[in-house]
Amino acid sequence: MLLIDCPYCGKRPEIEFSYGGEAHIARAPKDATDKEWTAFLYQRGNARGEHAERWRHVRGCGKFFNAVRNTVTDHFLTTYKAGEKRP
Amino acid sequence: MRLASGGRVDRAKPLSFVFDGKRYTGFQGDTVASALLANGVHLVGRSFKYHRPRGIMAAGAGEPNALFGIGRDEAHYTPNLTASQVMLYDGLVAESQNRSPSLERDTGSLIDRLWRFFPAGFYYKTFMWPRKAWTKLFEPRIREMAGLGRAPKAPDAARYGQIYAHCETLVIGAGPAGIAAALRAAAAGGRVILCDEQAEFGGSLLAENVAKIDGLPASDWLALSVAELQRLNVKMLPRSVAFGYFPHNMVGIAQDLTDYLGEPDTGIRGRLWQVRAGEVVVATGALERPMVFPDNDRPGIMLADSARVFVERYGVKPGTRAVVFTAHDEAYRAALALHEAGVEIAVIADLREAPAGGWVDKARAAGLLVRPGTVVTETSGHLRVTGVTLSTGEVVSCDLVLMSGGFTPSVHLFSQSRGKLKFDEALQIFVPGEPAEATRAVGAAAGAQTLAAALGEGYTVADLPDSGGGFLGAVPHGRDPATVRAFVDFQNDVTAKDLKLAMLEGFRSIEHVKRYTTTGMATDQGKTSNMNALGIVSEALGVPIPAIGTTTFRMPYTPIPFGLFAGYARGELFDPVRETPIHSWAKERGAVFEDVGQWKRARYFPNGDEDMNAAVTRECKAVRAGCGIFDASTLGKIEIVGPDAAEFLNRMYVNTWTKLKPGKLRYGVLLREDGFVLDDGVVGRMAEDRFHVTTTTGGAPRVLAMMEDYLQTEWPELKVWLTSTTEQWAVIAVQGPKAREILQHLVEGADISNAAFPHMSVAECKVAGVPARLFRVSFTGELGFEVNVPADHGRAVWEAIFASGGTTPYGTETMHVLRAEKGYIIVGQETDGTATPDDVGLSWAIGKTKPDYVGKRALARASMAAQDDRKQLVGVLTEDPGIVLEEGAHLVADPNQPVPMKMLGHITSSYWSGTLDRSIALAMVRKGRSRIGESFTVPLPDRNVKVTLTEPVFFDPEGVRINA
Repeated sequence: MLLIDCPYCGKRPEIEFSYGGEAHIARAPKDATDKEWTAFLYQRGNARGEHAERWRHVRGCGKFFNAVRNTVTDHFLTTYKAGEKRP
Repeated sequence: MRLASGGRVDRAKPLSFVFDGKRYTGFQGDTVASALLANGVHLVGRSFKYHRPRGIMAAGAGEPNALFGIGRDEAHYTPNLTASQVMLYDGLVAESQNRSPSLERDTGSLIDRLWRFFPAGFYYKTFMWPRKAWTKLFEPRIREMAGLGRAPKAPDAARYGQIYAHCETLVIGAGPAGIAAALRAAAAGGRVILCDEQAEFGGSLLAENVAKIDGLPASDWLALSVAELQRLNVKMLPRSVAFGYFPHNMVGIAQDLTDYLGEPDTGIRGRLWQVRAGEVVVATGALERPMVFPDNDRPGIMLADSARVFVERYGVKPGTRAVVFTAHDEAYRAALALHEAGVEIAVIADLREAPAGGWVDKARAAGLLVRPGTVVTETSGHLRVTGVTLSTGEVVSCDLVLMSGGFTPSVHLFSQSRGKLKFDEALQIFVPGEPAEATRAVGAAAGAQTLAAALGEGYTVADLPDSGGGFLGAVPHGRDPATVRAFVDFQNDVTAKDLKLAMLEGFRSIEHVKRYTTTGMATDQGKTSNMNALGIVSEALGVPIPAIGTTTFRMPYTPIPFGLFAGYARGELFDPVRETPIHSWAKERGAVFEDVGQWKRARYFPNGDEDMNAAVTRECKAVRAGCGIFDASTLGKIEIVGPDAAEFLNRMYVNTWTKLKPGKLRYGVLLREDGFVLDDGVVGRMAEDRFHVTTTTGGAPRVLAMMEDYLQTEWPELKVWLTSTTEQWAVIAVQGPKAREILQHLVEGADISNAAFPHMSVAECKVAGVPARLFRVSFTGELGFEVNVPADHGRAVWEAIFASGGTTPYGTETMHVLRAEKGYIIVGQETDGTATPDDVGLSWAIGKTKPDYVGKRALARASMAAQDDRKQLVGVLTEDPGIVLEEGAHLVADPNQPVPMKMLGHITSSYWSGTLDRSIALAMVRKGRSRIGESFTVPLPDRNVKVTLTEPVFFDPEGVRINA
């Protein structure tokens, strides 16, 4: 079980969180082309290695935040609040 | 045979036990294996594939053969327990496995005579044809033969606990290295947990009669050290197997709490520890390897160091005349120990040309016969070994063979932590290399070859000669390889020849070799076999071992009962049950309940011995003719509050909310960003800045999570607060032409006349004296109200309304029929995650002029807008009004077309309508709206049913009743 450092509450076990997929995917504007819209809806990086992703401390403070996790080692490099730039 | 003295067993405490129906006696401190050996029992199992007689081979976790089903009855029965790990208790009942009718005469052993026809991959190669024989003949027979042990026939009667723990240092293994590491960690401060799979701490020290540590006999040092650990408040977990290493230094430990007492149900049987540690010290020791020589699997052939442990720890003599076959010095030590215990050592055959060192010298000095550069080429005996043939040509009779190929560090847990292994060329073993977590391996697990190295700095060890050696792979025996079997994996009956065959057939990856030959699989996961298999593959391919690598180590280290993982989550506690505030009333009334997610919902309220159809028909008619009362408390509810609440709803739902006045309701449709319907529900505007949102029963958490996501990450500038209120409100639906008449005298503070309170209104008032949010809303097509009151008052208000008389309680089944008669969809029943609002006839709900909402851009895609080929909601009437279609049945144009037929759509809802006195159905049909009036066929398994497509509203299409 992963140990996740919620930027609001501190380190908590994985069962308190829900995963939210890849981070920093901006909602495409309403005048986006079909291609851009498809990319926003369906296309993800699937990184091997460092991956910026969304988590929600759903059984805790309820906040969404972002994390950089190495998908090979499962080690978190950092966590940061939603809206902040990827460090 | 039991020695007169010696060992750690308590001869004053005899214990009686039963093995395969025969009664035996052992002592407190025995394992089942040592007790059986003390009674002269070597034959304990039949091998997996060939049903060959097998004996006890090891004194610990490496044992591949002695697997028993243990338990006094089926409710306390556990299969595949390792005899050398189960501590004896009085009254223990064990049975051997994989034999019929008995160990001595096993009919399955016929296969052993035909062994040449059962090479590696036999099953893959043989049962290819005829195809039809597979399901009827081959598979059932193979299943009968496959698998070790049997599942218990009764539910597990034991209870299990689970606990989380945190510490600065977790030490796994309480041998010398683990104890020394725990002492250091405890002295440095911080919480320390020390666990060991055995009942007694000490590991190898429990059978250490020679060495002195810091001037003390090893057993004295052990006792002092354990006392010191206690004084330092180290949390000590005996009988606790660290079975799995999980990310971020979490270790799973299976602790046996009462099994060893032999008194089931006196407490919880075991406990699952989930320990999060700052640092994990892996002190898991090493496992001795067998030698791979012809016929090396007869009962009486065992690992040399294990034989010494049986003598020195358990006071058991495992034979009378022994041959030793070794490539490691420890076997000389074992030979000496057995010699001193009165076992005649016939000869020590050493694979090495020039064995030397302290133990070899001692053995020679004791007069033991040593044959260097010699191998065992053959053994004899059936149910027990009777002799061996040496490469010198000598034939030696014996009833015991000790073998030692050296020691393999137990790197399982280190490897599970994703630490890298490195190959030590000098020692020819894999040892822990670069760790992936805060993990440190110590002692024999790290490749330490001496007790002094295992203990580390600060301790002195005396009187113990060093030892060394080792061999990987199959020993050269000079015999025709086609005629001999030298076993590598005893538990899975894999021989050296099988592995070589896999090489010949082109297998190269060790992971493929493992799966093809099954070496290293089953309950022991190759503890004794993996390294020898690697040695054979390396030699056959001419590739060095590190270039081949190891197979992946996976948890669990030893088998763990499922009950431990289930813990308390069994029976009633398996999953939470959600009951509404009115549940108890429905139960008293004799309602039949159904599960809707975790909710229990009243499905119907039978009168007397009514069946469901009769009850539902009666309930439906009662609602249409008078008034029904329905518990809708499970509806999901979200309170949305804030100055930007309306704007937030505008962006989330397809509807427009800005112009909805306080005191009014609106039916909302929520899409996913891909344009498909996710949820629906009625939303009430309680004030300019306050909305009472309802969702489907199952959709509430999903909807709230999605709203939170958009609010927090897309539009954090909006001033809106979301609160789940599902369980704060009890919801009582009062539906039917007489609903107003019945409710009116209970309502205070609101005029609910049709003029003042038309359909889709909401008011805050009191109902039966309780503050309420009263909705004028209908999911039945009738004049209807939904009374929302605080949950604690739910039952009282329900009873007050019911006491007015004239109301009939109805359940979810009637609710379904009534809404289907009106063509109201249920999200998840009519929709399947690929339906747009237009597909289900809801495009009227969309606020066309809104700049944006979730799903708007997706609906603009060509494929979503093209309406001519999408499935659309329609009604379906059968030609024969008495036939109720199956939900999920398909519609086709021509039932005589070849299979697979072109399917045009499917039935989504289908009921008997008592009101209309005929069946009705809803369906999603391609271009359905343009085909209304056309006839189709619904092919069912036993007949074809003619149907006609209709509008989806079957009852009161003008909506007169709802506005009454």
